[in-house]
Amino acid sequence: MAQPIAPFASAAPQPDPAMEELLQSVVDTARAIFGAQASSILLLETEKDELVFEAVSGQGQDFLVGRRFPAGRGIAGWVAASGEPMVVDDLHDSTSFDRDIARSTGYVPDALMAAPLVHGDRVLGVLEVLDPSPQARSSLTELDLLCLFARQAAVALNVLTTHTRRAPAPDASPDPSRTELLRLLSEARRLLGE
Amino acid sequence: MTTVRRPAPGLTWGLRGRGPDDVPVDADGPPSPPEGGLLGGTGQGIRVCVVDSGVERDHPMVGPVARSWRVLKDEDGVRVEETEEGDACGHGTACAGIIRRTAPDCELSSVRVLGERFSGSGDVLLEGIRWAVRQRFDVINLSLSTSSDRFVEQLRRLADEAYFQQTVIVASAHNTHVESFPWRFSSVISVGSHQEDDPDLHLYNPEPPVEFFAPGQRVRVAWLGGTSIRSSGNSFATPFIAGLCARILSSHPRLTPFQLKNALYLSAANVRVHGSR
Repeated sequence: MAQPIAPFASAAPQPDPAMEELLQSVVDTARAIFGAQASSILLLETEKDELVFEAVSGQGQDFLVGRRFPAGRGIAGWVAASGEPMVVDDLHDSTSFDRDIARSTGYVPDALMAAPLVHGDRVLGVLEVLDPSPQARSSLTELDLLCLFARQAAVALNVLTTHTRRAPAPDASPDPSRTELLRLLSEARRLLGE
Repeated sequence: MTTVRRPAPGLTWGLRGRGPDDVPVDADGPPSPPEGGLLGGTGQGIRVCVVDSGVERDHPMVGPVARSWRVLKDEDGVRVEETEEGDACGHGTACAGIIRRTAPDCELSSVRVLGERFSGSGDVLLEGIRWAVRQRFDVINLSLSTSSDRFVEQLRRLADEAYFQQTVIVASAHNTHVESFPWRFSSVISVGSHQEDDPDLHLYNPEPPVEFFAPGQRVRVAWLGGTSIRSSGNSFATPFIAGLCARILSSHPRLTPFQLKNALYLSAANVRVHGSR
C-alpha cells in the first residue's frame, strides 16, 4: 500500500521541458509496446488529494493534460493507493466504470492497464494504458511487462526530479546525467517514430 | 450478594502442575485427501471479511453483505465506523464475488480501507485489519499489502493474534517482486496467481514464501453497478483461497489455522500423497 507523499513533480508552476519530454516519451513508448489506443501518466498530488494527467499519448492527447480528479477513486486511484498494478478487460458492459472520470476525459476504454510509478515505498503516480491490442489484454505476462516498464519510468522520473531540484548556477555547465537522459529520450522517440 | 472473583485464565506459557487430561482438545481431522470431501462445504456458518475498497451491496455476484465498515483518517486520527457506502473502485466487490462463488453460503462483511481520500497509507490498512481481527471473523481476505517497514512489527503481531484466535488471514502476494506485508508472514496464508484456465484449481508452492497459487489470469469478476469485467492479478487469486478456507471450515469448523493450511496443501492439485492424488 502506498505511502502519502509530498507533491512530487506535478503541476509545477513552471513546466520543466525535460520533465515534459520524459513523461511524453514514457507514454509514447508504453502505447507502442502494447499497441494501445492511448497511454497516460497521472501524477499524485497528495496535498490536494488529486491525480493529475501530466502526459497523454493518443486518445485525449489534445485536451487531457492538466485535468485532475480525486485520487481515492477509480482504478487509477486504487492503483495509486495500493501500489499494485491492475488490468481490466470487457469494460464496455460496465456502465458505471469510473463514470465521472470517463465523462471528464471523453473516452471510455474497453480495456485498461494501470501500474503504479513507485520509488522506494512512495507512489509518484500511475501509468495507464488504454485499449491495448487484443493480444496484449488481461494476461499476467502483460501485467508483468507493464510493471517492469513502469518501474523504469519511475526511476527515470526520480532521477530527473532529483537533478531538477538541485538548481545549477546560471553559468554552470549542463548536468551530464540529465544531458544523457535527454539524449536517450530523444533516441527512444526517434526509434518509435521510425 | 457476593461475587466470587476467579483469576482470568492466563496465556499458557508452560504446563506446570497439569497433565494431558487437563488440556483436552476436541478436534476435527486430520483432513482426508480430496475424496474425503475436504473442500465439500458451502461456507455455511463461516464469517468472512473483505478488507479492501468496500463491497457493492446487492450485487448479483455478491449477494447479501452482512456488515460494512469503513476506516477513516482525519485530524482526530484513525477510526472505524459503520457505513452504507459501497465500493469506491470495484476491487473489493470483485474479491467478494469470488468468495461468494467459491463459498456460496458464507456470511460476507466488508471493511473499507481504500477510496475515501488518498489516505490509503499503512496505518489505515493496519486499523482495518485490526478491526477485522477483533471482530473475530473466521476468514479475512486481504488482497492488499504495505511495503512500508514502519508497520511490519505491528502487522506481525496482528497476524499472530489472528492466528492464535483461529482467524485465518488470506493475503495476496505483491504482483511484482516487492517485499511487502503481511503476506510474507508464515502466520497467514499467502496467495499468488497461476495461469491455468481451470477456475477451481489451486496449487501449493514448494518454494515459498508464496504458499499457494490460484486462478489469477483473465478472471471474470463482479464490478460496479451490478456488472462484471475480466481482470488479472493476485488480488483475484486470493479470494478463491479465502473461499476455499470458508468451505473447508464449514465442514470442519474446529480446524486450526495450521490444519486449514494443511487441508489446502493436501487438496492442491500438484501435491501427491504417497505418490498418488
